[in-house]
Amino acid sequence: MTHKQIVTATINGELTEFLCEPHQSLLSCLRDVLSLTGAKEGCNDGNCGACSVILDGRLVNSCLVLGVEIEGREVTTVEGLAGWQALTPLQEAFVAYDALQCGYCTPGMLMAAKSLLDRHPNPTDGEIRAWLAGNLCRCTGYDKIIRAVRAVVPGTAVAPKTAEAPETADVLQTVLETASVDQVKEA
Amino acid sequence: MVEIKQNLIVVGSRPARVDAVDKVIGRASYATDVRLPGMLVGRVLRSPYAHARILSIDTGRAEKLPGVYGVVTAADLPPLEGDDAVGEKAFRDRELASDKVLYVGHPIAAVAARTPEIAQEALDLIRVEYDVLTPVVDVLAAMKADAPILHHDMRTRSLAGTGEKPTNVAAHFEQVKGDPGQGFAEADVIVDREFRNPMVHQCYLEPHSSTAVWSDNGGLTLYVTTQGTFSVRSHVVRLLRLSMSQVKVVPMEVGGAFGGKNSSYVDGVAAMLARKARRPVKVTMSRPETFMATGPNSGSVLRVKMGATRDGHLTAAEATLIYEAGAYPGSPVGSGSHVMFAPYQIPNGRLEGYDVVVNKPVVSSYRAPGATQACFVAEQVINELAGTLGFDPIEFRLLNSVKEGSETVDGTVHRHIGAIEVLQAAKASPHYTTPLEGPNRGRGVGHAFWGNWGACSSVTMTVNSDGTVSMVMGSVDITGTRTSIAMQAAETLGLPLDRVKCTMGDTDSIGYSDTSGGSRTTVATGHAAVKAAHDVIDKMRERAAQIWEVDVQAVVFDAGIFHVPDDLDKTLSFQALAELLPRTGNVVIGVGNVDVADWGSCFGTHIADVEVDPETGKVTLLRYTVVQDVGKAIHPMQVEGQLQGGATQGIGWALYEGYEFDAAGQMLNPTLLDYKIPTALDVPDIETILVEVPYPHHPFGARGVGENPIMPPPAAIAEAIYQAVGARVCDLPITPARILETLGII
Amino acid sequence: MKPFAYEAPTSVDQAVTLLAEKGERARPLAGGTDILVQVRRGFHNLDLLVDVKRIPELVRIDYDAEEGLTLGAAVSCAVLCEHPTLQAHYPGLLDAVSIIGGAAIQGRATLGGNLCNAAPSGDAIAAMIALGGEALVAGPEGRRLVPIASFCTAPGVTALRPGDLVVALRFAPPKPHSGAAYVRFVPRGEMDIAVAGAGAWVALSPGGTTFTDARIALSAVAPTPLYVERAAEALAGQAPGEDAYARAAEAAQEAAKPIDDMRGTAAQRQHLVGVLVKRALRAAVARAGANHAGTGMEA
Ligand SMILES: Cc1cc2nc3c(=O)[nH]c(=O)nc-3n(C[C@H](O)[C@H](O)[C@H](O)COP(=O)(O)OP(=O)(O)OC[C@H]3O[C@@H](n4cnc5c(N)ncnc54)[C@H](O)[C@@H]3O)c2cc1C
Ligand code: FES
Ligand code: FES
Repeated sequence: MTHKQIVTATINGELTEFLCEPHQSLLSCLRDVLSLTGAKEGCNDGNCGACSVILDGRLVNSCLVLGVEIEGREVTTVEGLAGWQALTPLQEAFVAYDALQCGYCTPGMLMAAKSLLDRHPNPTDGEIRAWLAGNLCRCTGYDKIIRAVRAVVPGTAVAPKTAEAPETADVLQTVLETASVDQVKEA
Repeated sequence: MVEIKQNLIVVGSRPARVDAVDKVIGRASYATDVRLPGMLVGRVLRSPYAHARILSIDTGRAEKLPGVYGVVTAADLPPLEGDDAVGEKAFRDRELASDKVLYVGHPIAAVAARTPEIAQEALDLIRVEYDVLTPVVDVLAAMKADAPILHHDMRTRSLAGTGEKPTNVAAHFEQVKGDPGQGFAEADVIVDREFRNPMVHQCYLEPHSSTAVWSDNGGLTLYVTTQGTFSVRSHVVRLLRLSMSQVKVVPMEVGGAFGGKNSSYVDGVAAMLARKARRPVKVTMSRPETFMATGPNSGSVLRVKMGATRDGHLTAAEATLIYEAGAYPGSPVGSGSHVMFAPYQIPNGRLEGYDVVVNKPVVSSYRAPGATQACFVAEQVINELAGTLGFDPIEFRLLNSVKEGSETVDGTVHRHIGAIEVLQAAKASPHYTTPLEGPNRGRGVGHAFWGNWGACSSVTMTVNSDGTVSMVMGSVDITGTRTSIAMQAAETLGLPLDRVKCTMGDTDSIGYSDTSGGSRTTVATGHAAVKAAHDVIDKMRERAAQIWEVDVQAVVFDAGIFHVPDDLDKTLSFQALAELLPRTGNVVIGVGNVDVADWGSCFGTHIADVEVDPETGKVTLLRYTVVQDVGKAIHPMQVEGQLQGGATQGIGWALYEGYEFDAAGQMLNPTLLDYKIPTALDVPDIETILVEVPYPHHPFGARGVGENPIMPPPAAIAEAIYQAVGARVCDLPITPARILETLGII
Repeated sequence: MKPFAYEAPTSVDQAVTLLAEKGERARPLAGGTDILVQVRRGFHNLDLLVDVKRIPELVRIDYDAEEGLTLGAAVSCAVLCEHPTLQAHYPGLLDAVSIIGGAAIQGRATLGGNLCNAAPSGDAIAAMIALGGEALVAGPEGRRLVPIASFCTAPGVTALRPGDLVVALRFAPPKPHSGAAYVRFVPRGEMDIAVAGAGAWVALSPGGTTFTDARIALSAVAPTPLYVERAAEALAGQAPGEDAYARAAEAAQEAAKPIDDMRGTAAQRQHLVGVLVKRALRAAVARAGANHAGTGMEA
């Protein structure tokens, strides 16, 4: 028999204490214990990237980390990127470039792209594709995802008004407002 | 014919999709994210054998395990009554096997428990006694007279009648046009080839999940990931013999579907467990379960023969299509034969198809069901003919292309199509007009027809007193349709998009709508939205007439303004009138409820450039372009996304994907490590060219766009590989080993 | 997943004690990218996982021009790839380290884990064999050095005994005029397990005119990563060039015992061994700084 353990870690900037089984994955701890359901399960064996989070500054598949391993460590999930009122430029680019369809890969894709840009603020297209290769997307064909990440790369930003990018600024505001309505309703 | 709207403001623009922000902040709620108080975990016991008789199932020990709240088997289904004319037993056996298992992964029992670990332990405690039978996993072997029989009551259905002996061939058809023998006699060149392809999976990133909860008065609510809430409702109603009004199906965000979420896999079991446990139960499939126990696309064997004259005219075409249905009949062989020769004028032809059961997962739809492999083989032969006769492949297709009124081999008559326009756009594209240089490089073209779908959609639209509009649709949004349908409503109402909000309704809150499949939703639900918008406008005109005390005929609606011509005092904006509605008999609700019987088909041409490493056979895609007739791109960015995503799935099908089985019917690669789909590294930027040949029977001229783009990639890539290194590979996927084998290197 | 307990000791001795107590029913946990998947699939029946990442000795990197390189067994691939010394002196090792999984796997996977998992396809194992590496093993009876070439004994089986732990991986300092490279074949761009792989290490005469020494190792073409003993003979005294590479490739093909599986066929692997050995040699020779026509980094 095993016993549940108390784990103390910084999750999305907040010191958090939670109880979990030693064999429970970090993904399950985030989703089932802490109700942080942003990270998704697509395979539970390290091959899809939907569960990607950042652990002590490194991208990891949270399905292949045990919850107990994060004792004293720092974890950032998609929920920690930004609140719904202030998206990060990366999130804005995903919205503006339509870099998602079903959105199931999106939380992991954002965390992967963030970890790339944190480390290499100016990646080439090839570097972006190589870095994101562990994050499968079945909907988009990656094209718009790469364009979105590229748009955040300083110096290569394409003004989002061209044929390939939308008239976002105003629309984004509206979407944010609509989102807030939803949130209020849910709450 | 409806008049197609011109001077559009919202339709054709590129707004951010309405679900995007929730999705980038991790707040979008999918079926697996559902959490209800007291919720239990449901797990399914699946057959380890591909073919076996079930002698007994003993759930006693599992039921007694602490933390287990319920165990169900086929015995918990309502008793089967009367004769089985409608295949009720097979329907139920697919959900939970009663006397026989027909593939590895076939569900047998399910448990609801407090934790996943307890649920697993309980499954391990269920004792099933089997009489293991010889499986048949190869489709040609299954057709042999001495093959092991899956269903002893199965007889071949064909136009000639019903067969007499038990068989695995569920259906056979043959269609003939003209005189194929004569057609081939007139040909100067004939190409005759056989092709094989394995089962492939949709590989939506989100596995199936369903959460069921019963109310005290016998009402069932299901939170699901599905393409069609009403299909789930029908499924559960039929399985558990409930009334439709007893069941409410709530659509959650869908993490990819591609046809694979038209069928219901765990909803029935979740409902059964929740009823037994008297607690909410969530059943979520693992990735291996998703591979082994949901519906991939048919594996198939196809033979194609086509002939043409020296001056490049096709004279005859013949095909035999043998499709695996999996364990129960119903492969999309008909759809494959319908589309494969449809892009060309062929005076003589013959199409023959077989639907064959084998001990493998039951196939389901996958984006243009059955069509990709059929397109692959027909287009390979077209490419080969063009090459042999010395024609440019696009020229050859233009020469033989169907036009307005052309009749296909299976008798379909093309109307309002953009086939020629697409081919011409491909020929003039920046990609095709740029020569490809360098050793071991090649370019290939593939071309496809897909028929699309219309069918039933419902929309309601409430005008709020602040002038905003809340609309509910019965379609599930799997691709961004909340946005593209709201755009069509906004355009009709003369409102900016941010005034129209579109949500997915559950089955209690909106009228029947067919599943989001067949590339129908933006088109058919768009029809419904436009109809609802007109209903709103008419009702608001009545209110304006009431306020102004004029005849309703006198009130005109134009560009968001209600007015009486020539009477400047009688003018109200949409919003101003909306504000007055509560005082003139409550708000206005518009309804759009349609069964679209007339919709546009579409054509697409793809161009692929590859480089092949001649020593290893590794294929690198250098450049890829999709050209497609989209009628009218309601939201061009989303249309591009469909084309890019569809093409990438087709690329995976061409190069990497395929189920592998051993002789016992065990799937060898049920993980995303060994079932390989393209990663970001495997595809280049995918260029898109949207050709707009409006379909005259849609308010904005739109055509379905989602399915066609999966069809052309395998043929385009196969031809590019042939051009690069001279290997014409006829089996999918075109692996490096197959290329080296074809070249005689290994 | 079957329940198990978890410990995170902070010294090698504690870890060895914990592992020795449970014998077969305990295993070290490094990056978890193999073991967690296997436990979840029911391949092991374990009572305890011993997390070795909090042991300082296992997460250090030491380099000394005299002593060579000592890599803690639990350093992640991502950290290894960013390390300037490794980039400068051991690019042939990084060839393999950098292709283990994608970015997220890189953040966790370790060399100790790759070695002890003993997959025939373990990319770093062949690369480490080619470099002539050794594993420093701590166990109930003390410490010992095991050559990596003889570390893996069967698929998933190693020379480790219950209670043993790999503390570090050791490599000699790079010799002058030497170079190493690892190449593999996978069907997709990356994110695949090797269908076949080849690691080569070469030492050239000061003028770069002849091979003075060489080692070749192969992945995924035998029950374990394979050290090709006869390749060194085939190359010794030869001038770097296609003739010599072909001879070495032939020796490697003779040594290989590939099988058919869903990742590739035996014939394909046999063929790939030839192609990959040549490519690895070309790259290794280029790194060794030989100046003769036709070498490049094109592999
Ligand atoms: C998506 C994905 C892609 C992958 N791609 C590749 C690839 O391209 N090439 C490749 O070679 N591998 C690949 N792998 C396999 C795996 O990532 C590597 O083998 C990795 O190096 C294992 O390291 P780890 O630290 O995660 O090992 P763990 O899983 O922690 O351990 C593996 C085994 O080694 C034992 N062990 C670990 N450390 C020690 C130690 N210090 N002493 C004694 N025993 C120890 C463990 O008990 C276990 O039995 C991939 C895995 C995944 C999930
Ligand atoms: S769920 Fe973790 S990688 Fe797929
Ligand atoms: S958007 Fe659906 S998987 Fe990426």
